Amino acid sequence: MADVIGSALKRHEDVRLIRGKGQYTDDIKLPGMLYAGIVRSPHAHARLVKVDVSRALKMPGVVAAFTGADLKDEVGFIPTAWIPPDSDMKMPPHPALAVDMVRYQGDGVAVVIAQTPAQARDGVDAVEVEYESLPAVTNPFAAAQEGAPLVHEDIAGNVAFHWKVGGDVEEIFNRAEVVVRQEFRQQRLVPNAMEPRSAVAQWNPATEELTLWATTQNPHIHRLLMSGILGIPEHKLRVVAIDVGGAFGSKISCYPDEIIVSWAARRLNRPVKWTETRTENFTVTSHGRDHVQEVALAGTKDGHIEAIRVKTYANLGAYLSTAAPGVPTILFGLIVNGAYAIPEASAEVYGMLTHTTPVDAYRGAGRPEATFLVERMVDLYAHAINKDPLEVRNINLIPAEAFPYTNPFGLQYDSGNYQGALAKALEIVDYAAFRREQENLRQQGKYIGIGFSTYVEMCGLGPSEVAGAVGFQGGLWESATVRVHPTGKVTVFTGASPHGQGEETTFAQIVAQELGVPPEDIEVVHGDTSKIAMGWGTYGSRTTVVGGAAIHLADQKVIAKARKIAAHKLEVGEDDVEFEQGIFSVKGLPARAVTFQEAALDAYLAWSLPAGMEPALEGTAFYNPENFTYPFGTHIAIVSVDPDTGDVELMRYVAVDDVGVVINPMLVEGQIHGGLVQGIGQALYEGVEYDTNGQLMTGSFLDYAMPKARFFPKFETAHTTTPSPHNPLGVKGVGETGAIASTPAVVNAVMDALAPFGIQDLPMPLTPRKVWQAIASKGGHMHVHDAI
Amino acid sequence: MFTTPFDYRNAHSVQDVIEWLQEDPDNTKILAGGHSLLPLMKLRLSTVSHLIDIGQIPELQGIVLSDNELRIGAFTRYVQLVRDPSVALAAPLVAEAARVIGDLQVRNRGTIGGSLCHADPAADLPAALLALGAELEIAGPAGKRREDIDSFFLAPFITTLAPGEVLTAIRIPRIAQGARSIYLKRPHLASGYPIIGVAAWVVLRDAQVDSCRIAITGIGSVPFRAFSAEQMLVGQTFTRDVILRAAEQVASDQSFDDDDDGYKANLCRVYVTRALAALGNQG
Ligand SMILES: Cc1cc2nc3c(=O)[nH]c(=O)nc-3n(C[C@H](O)[C@H](O)[C@H](O)COP(=O)(O)OP(=O)(O)OC[C@H]3O[C@@H](n4cnc5c(N)ncnc54)[C@H](O)[C@@H]3O)c2cc1C
Repeated sequence: MADVIGSALKRHEDVRLIRGKGQYTDDIKLPGMLYAGIVRSPHAHARLVKVDVSRALKMPGVVAAFTGADLKDEVGFIPTAWIPPDSDMKMPPHPALAVDMVRYQGDGVAVVIAQTPAQARDGVDAVEVEYESLPAVTNPFAAAQEGAPLVHEDIAGNVAFHWKVGGDVEEIFNRAEVVVRQEFRQQRLVPNAMEPRSAVAQWNPATEELTLWATTQNPHIHRLLMSGILGIPEHKLRVVAIDVGGAFGSKISCYPDEIIVSWAARRLNRPVKWTETRTENFTVTSHGRDHVQEVALAGTKDGHIEAIRVKTYANLGAYLSTAAPGVPTILFGLIVNGAYAIPEASAEVYGMLTHTTPVDAYRGAGRPEATFLVERMVDLYAHAINKDPLEVRNINLIPAEAFPYTNPFGLQYDSGNYQGALAKALEIVDYAAFRREQENLRQQGKYIGIGFSTYVEMCGLGPSEVAGAVGFQGGLWESATVRVHPTGKVTVFTGASPHGQGEETTFAQIVAQELGVPPEDIEVVHGDTSKIAMGWGTYGSRTTVVGGAAIHLADQKVIAKARKIAAHKLEVGEDDVEFEQGIFSVKGLPARAVTFQEAALDAYLAWSLPAGMEPALEGTAFYNPENFTYPFGTHIAIVSVDPDTGDVELMRYVAVDDVGVVINPMLVEGQIHGGLVQGIGQALYEGVEYDTNGQLMTGSFLDYAMPKARFFPKFETAHTTTPSPHNPLGVKGVGETGAIASTPAVVNAVMDALAPFGIQDLPMPLTPRKVWQAIASKGGHMHVHDAI
Repeated sequence: MFTTPFDYRNAHSVQDVIEWLQEDPDNTKILAGGHSLLPLMKLRLSTVSHLIDIGQIPELQGIVLSDNELRIGAFTRYVQLVRDPSVALAAPLVAEAARVIGDLQVRNRGTIGGSLCHADPAADLPAALLALGAELEIAGPAGKRREDIDSFFLAPFITTLAPGEVLTAIRIPRIAQGARSIYLKRPHLASGYPIIGVAAWVVLRDAQVDSCRIAITGIGSVPFRAFSAEQMLVGQTFTRDVILRAAEQVASDQSFDDDDDGYKANLCRVYVTRALAALGNQG
């Protein structure tokens, strides 16, 4: 059998998913099931004067309707699960249904439960709500200003927390030869998973157990949080994530909707389903990013960066979502020096409450916000000292011999060869030739630009001791059980909860390689708290890094036991047995052999086991990672800008990523492509807008520009391989690199193209109108000049 | 997403539709391809009690080419416009515009009549039909009438169609012999609807403009003809300078909403220029 690890196996899960045979939460139909519709505030900020469900109750098919007042005494507030240390965080109460105030457009005020989804929808319209509309604030910087409307009366200045790390950099800034300052706006994004959220709850009065099927990335975290909120003991609560159609962070959070259906199912003793509409997905499912950043960089005239200082106003929305406070702090502030050996750094974050949809992790979660600012600052610094941005990168990138490298905040970067990845990218793009062509085209009034992003990110969070130290209210280890059946077939149980990434395939590859069992003999089970003892889910590019490592450890336990059984059968000492490609053989006597499958059968028959050995063959492991992993690489974007229209065309995109050992190159490629599209989407197309009243102006695909396939050239991808020394597989995460690296590469490229106009920065997304305005305001082309 | 409750009737003649529309005119709507109406109903921006499906009325279907005119039934789907050989022959602009509407699903469902009656200021087809000087056949309780498309669009989503009237067909004069035509669309990044769509044709005789038409959709509150630019062009040699002046004329004739920065006027200039320049290069 050839190596399974490293081969581009087709996705096992696709056999069902692309034939329409997947089972999603909304596909669940239970006898007697009812449907919930949620009445949502049209106002961003209003006092609830009256919520009257009496008319709804008379509507055909309506079975029940509840308001915040009904839930108030039975359902606890929804907590956040991340409390940044030393931040004096204040957690505003978040009821599942609003009681006297609504704090963002979409905040729930009542639920109507009916026989059919359409009747529930009609019932929603029949609920009479009287609002007293109040002024709203949506921008995190504006929310911090004197006199801004308060989101929660008890939280002064709308500051949920204030967090600061790093040294005192003032002295360096005072004496620096060059200081570059820039404000950046990380715009707000909608994650837009293809499958909207859904939840089905069923109460079993006999066993007093509640089962919740939900679109979640982390069923065990859901169970933990919901148990507290609903007062149902953890062993009586089962949370199941069947097929989940994408998330990008938006299905981490414990949402009001899931709590409402759970409570209602018990109250009514009938199963209750709720499925969000696309409109709700835009308005109430967590958003991503949304920072106002003030950044300063100090350096020498000859290109050595000495310090970076960041002050950020991070928008958290109206309430603190599950992972929200950790995203703009730990996952952002600690890595603002990026891939550069910057001796001193500091980061200060104001976690701001506003009258907007809660903000939580979104693909990259914190690292894109950090990578963007440092990659942009390097370019601005290069411009300020009149040097090539590539030269400045070469001067400041952490050298390969410096690993493991401790960054100014104490993070230990595991392994890297940043120059290696850059060199590989420059084999693909002929930089000198590009600059020549750029100059020629400028003479003809045509503008092309190149942008680099020599990024590093951190993912696969752990160890759990660190999770605790940084305020995450959970562990960040992962569990795995590898259960070998009597026939030698294998079921793998993982505590990670993949939802589109393809680990049913990747994990089977790890097991196939290590046990020598064909991949088709292996089934991977995930996402059900009744089947998997404990696990922490899928996010932060942790699944293969941490979950895969746990499987590796479980495999080792299985092999160790099977080896003993084989040795017993072969009547030799354990040390005389070799195990390769699924066969135990006596060293030097390959004909004397026992297959893995035979050993498995022996383990279950237990007719003749080594003395004292328990029957059966399975291994369970709990892997607590030693550290984060730090994927890195070089991305290069080449764009052209049409000065007549402001159109930016992405001409080439080169991504050289080092994600350590690659288990399935096709899946890695897919993750990178998807990440690139989202990262480039942020640079050029996507962005949430609110009006001054807090109304979402980009609440549908008519106004919110999702990137389309036709916007992109063929991506040119390549790899270098620097295994992570921290985990037994040598893997690093890959789920987010594309989204982290690409945004600044593209913006740097556009700014490079616009350099002749004296334009150095524009806020994202770089829409044609914005680019055209900038050119026009610099006296650029107001007339049509293209070739006729 | 669920609509409010409604009842649904399938009409078999235009007469059915006219009669049924009169029963409850305020709460009744004609259903054609449904690609504008149904999303509105699902978002509950439109609440309709009765839907009359016009998909099975023979009088509203078919494309017929006669000597000097193309007659297209109102219930002709975009995909048929794209594929029909007589459209390609007599009104290639219509096929060209239909080809870039939405995506394949939209083109498989949407109809020419639905597009016109819905009167979305950002619909593609009106530009092509204005440029071709189409005439609309309309039937109502008072009988049949014909209307020039130039006067049909009153405001966004409002036409001269009276309640109870049905658009039955679109008549398009055969495009002039030797005409070069183009539909140039700038799709919105999110919706794919045109931010601006320029439909134009020109007949050149010895490099001089013999006749031409320019119509523009997307950027104004209704689709419009660029009359003064058309007049300006006739008799001129079709040079870069002349094209630029014509484009300038189009942009300055119009006033655009939400255009303090002049971006829309600029797009108008750029797209008219590009469309005309492409015609110049077609020869
Ligand atoms: C995803 C998507 C993308 C789209 N992209 C584009 C695009 O790029 N460009 C574009 O131009 N359009 C686009 N559209 C709109 C599409 O072209 C619609 O199909 C069209 O606007 C309406 O045609 P219809 O046949 O679907 O009409 P319907 O939705 O059935 O009806 C629209 C309206 O017209 C009335 N009506 C229909 N037929 C008649 C008639 N014969 N007489 C009287 N009244 C009538 C109806 O009562 C209704 O009020 C898009 C739509 C979708 C859903």
